[in-house]
Amino acid sequence: MNLETFLHFIALVLALALLLPFFRVYKGPTLFDRMAGLSVIGSKTIVLLAIVGVVYGRLDMFVDIVIAYSLLNFVGTVAVARYLEARGGKH
Amino acid sequence: MTEILAVLFISIGSLFLLLGSIGIIRFPDFYARTHAMSKPDTMGLMLTLTGLALLNGWNLTSLKLLLVVLFVAMATSTSTHALGRAALKTGLKPWFKGEDRK
Repeated sequence: MNLETFLHFIALVLALALLLPFFRVYKGPTLFDRMAGLSVIGSKTIVLLAIVGVVYGRLDMFVDIVIAYSLLNFVGTVAVARYLEARGGKH
Repeated sequence: MTEILAVLFISIGSLFLLLGSIGIIRFPDFYARTHAMSKPDTMGLMLTLTGLALLNGWNLTSLKLLLVVLFVAMATSTSTHALGRAALKTGLKPWFKGEDRK
């Protein structure tokens, strides 16, 4: 098994790991559960992007996308958490 | 040798990520799910990106990947804590053994 086949297999495993939290985003009883699912999907997408970059041989381009995506994921989750905390009331 | 180490890191890291995904659909309530949200994700992402940096060799791209690892190690736990704190402040009740699963 050469390296490229291995990376394709890892990308397949990550695609499965990315598909599972969508169930929680769809069904989750509270808003916080949906946000948790979205945050998990974001951090799996970071790894998937880096692996796609290695497979395409353009990691120097994809690593900037990885940086931007990790920043956006963090800022988005914290912003929604602060908003939900300030809004209070029902969840 | 470096390649074997990188393959080992990437395999273990993706296993962590898969287990975190399973945890987030299997755990009974939100406070238990924050556990599956932060720890396996941080560990898996650190291992996987370090493995990819090892595959890439010593250059600027690897340095950027390691900076992402350093950032995510702080950021994932912070955002998880912010969500958990918001849930506690707005009065979401924890689940106890014996109650119905939500």
